[in-house]
Amino acid sequence: MADGILVVLEQAGGKVRRVAYEMLSLAQSLAPGKVSALTFGPDAEATRDGLGRYGADQTVFFGGDAFARYSSDGFGLAVAHAIDQVDPTAVFFPATAWGKDLAPRVAALIQAGLATDCTEVLPASDGRYEAVRPVYAGKALARVAIDTPRQLFSIRPNIHKPVETERAATPLAVDPQVDPAEFQAVVTEVRQSQGGQLELTEAEIIVSGGRGIKAPDNYRILDDLAAVLGAATGSSRPLADEGWVPHSYHIGQTGKVVSPTIYFAIGISGAIQHLAGISGSKYIVAINNDKDAPIFKAANYGIVGDLFKVVPALTREIQALKANE
Amino acid sequence: MKILVMVKQVPDTATRIRINSDGTGIATDGIKWIINPYDEFALEEALRLREKFGGEVVAVALGPSRVEEAIRQSLAMGADRAVHIKTEAELDASLVAEALGAVAREEGFDLILTGKQAVDDDAAQVGARLAVVLGVPQVTVVLKLEVDAESRRVRAERELEGASEMVEAPLPAVLTAQRGLNEPRYPTLPNIMKAKRKPVTVKTLEELGVGTVLQARVMALTLPSERPAGRILEGEPEETVRELVRLLHEEAKVL
Ligand SMILES: Cc1cc2nc3c(=O)[nH]c(=O)nc-3n(C[C@H](O)[C@H](O)[C@H](O)COP(=O)(O)OP(=O)(O)OC[C@H]3O[C@@H](n4cnc5c(N)ncnc54)[C@H](O)[C@@H]3O)c2cc1C
Ligand SMILES: Nc1ncnc2c1ncn2[C@@H]1O[C@H](COP(=O)(O)O)[C@@H](O)[C@H]1O
Repeated sequence: MADGILVVLEQAGGKVRRVAYEMLSLAQSLAPGKVSALTFGPDAEATRDGLGRYGADQTVFFGGDAFARYSSDGFGLAVAHAIDQVDPTAVFFPATAWGKDLAPRVAALIQAGLATDCTEVLPASDGRYEAVRPVYAGKALARVAIDTPRQLFSIRPNIHKPVETERAATPLAVDPQVDPAEFQAVVTEVRQSQGGQLELTEAEIIVSGGRGIKAPDNYRILDDLAAVLGAATGSSRPLADEGWVPHSYHIGQTGKVVSPTIYFAIGISGAIQHLAGISGSKYIVAINNDKDAPIFKAANYGIVGDLFKVVPALTREIQALKANE
Repeated sequence: MKILVMVKQVPDTATRIRINSDGTGIATDGIKWIINPYDEFALEEALRLREKFGGEVVAVALGPSRVEEAIRQSLAMGADRAVHIKTEAELDASLVAEALGAVAREEGFDLILTGKQAVDDDAAQVGARLAVVLGVPQVTVVLKLEVDAESRRVRAERELEGASEMVEAPLPAVLTAQRGLNEPRYPTLPNIMKAKRKPVTVKTLEELGVGTVLQARVMALTLPSERPAGRILEGEPEETVRELVRLLHEEAKVL
């Protein structure tokens, strides 16, 4: 009898992304059966304590050099075999670049339904689950049922709280049954983008700029604010299109969809495509010199004013607040 | 080189979404339809590869009659011909991939390009599922592409969180296109005229042997709850800033 939830996650250098703990905690809060964690690579074993702490009852490691380099087809087959042997009712993947590539591949291999980028997974009848996922970049929410015996979900980062449960995860031996020599699409190189920029989809605070900054050099003002806040930096689409900032900054319906605690929209008018990408933010703070800008309708807090005066003042005020704490 | 491009028709991104009467889909009256923006990057890349290596670009679109407009537009951008899988049925990613896969098998291909995701369902599933249906490798969210026609291999850069990775794969393969890959061209007037005479083959799901049993279905579609009206501060920067920080610190308790 299928039972429990299998959480498939990525690790590098013995470290996992925070979403791994978010998924394990979510799985533990839902699953009547065992929560299993599966990860890959030479440092896989080093993740065991952390995985147990956040909710894994057992761990499967496809370790060694064979799984050192990601391959969608190779990892896909290995996960499909693991699902077969662990026999869970549901499988979670992170809705990260890695998980978004892998999850649909696995779903097709085992002919299972998959709901991607879910913000909620809810218990349904008969020990099964339903999910809520934003569609139209968050302009609407879909409640989704998956009718195949195995239910697959990818989970959006930064939505669920990691909860410590102090489990000691027991290792489970599973044979991946694949030959790495046959992997076809293989990663040959990973390039870090310069500056070690914080990832927008995982950020607690985002400082984001629009055309109101007038010239690329002026983005500095936003960098200064981001630095005192420990925030990630983003932008509306035109700034990325103009090459003022890297493409990875672009937030919105055709860019990144973000869910921070605070989103600072600075010199951004609030076009529908931009608002779609930020609707998951807990608080939206707008700074704009046009009091009729649509962004103010979406904002929890706002300042009507010239960003070139307001933002430096805000940076100083927050610096003062932090100094007092 | 024979390249298939999967083109989905989606509501214009400026559309305000309204829910239909049965509560499981959107109200489609008055909607302006466009080609999924990511599919335009896919099509543009295919056209550039044809310009470099020769061969043929075939656009494949699944959907009701209205999809003809997206097909004409793909032909006007430069696709040589198109296949329209005509259906009124609401399919899930698995069935769409099966149907597109059935056409791909009939056509044969060296390369298939899709968008990284459709901006209506935001599923990001069809590309990878199609690769499995056809038993070929995939590279998703491609920012840069090099094709070596002689060794029949591709080298692609794909986007990660704060990084990118280079992936190598043999052809045939399925690639999904991300913004940044290229700048899609606009159809010129002569090409719009020419597109009217390009052949479009129509197929049905029955002909392709694809059923309509869903793996995943939408039970309910709702609009997100409105944000309460915000506190918008006007006045001297020093004062408004002080008040904003106080509100974030004491009221919202997030600073
Ligand atoms: C298919 C499609 C997809 C799109 N996808 C996206 C997307 O994903 N993300 C996205 O962001 N956009 C997207 N867009 C573009 C979108 O429609 C808007 O054009 C864009 O978001 C506007 O960017 P902006 O707010 O930076 O610029 P603008 O609309 O020009 O706004 C600039 C704002 O700055 C304010 N300002 C000017 N000077 C100052 C000052 N000194 N101090 C304070 N405020 C000032 C102005 O009042 C104005 O409100 C898309 C468009 C299309 C057609
Ligand atoms: N109905 C369709 N017709 C043609 N191509 C499609 C269709 N649905 C999805 N695709 C392709 O698959 C990509 C990903 O779609 P999705 O998985 O729905 O996000 C799209 O960008 C298209 O290239």
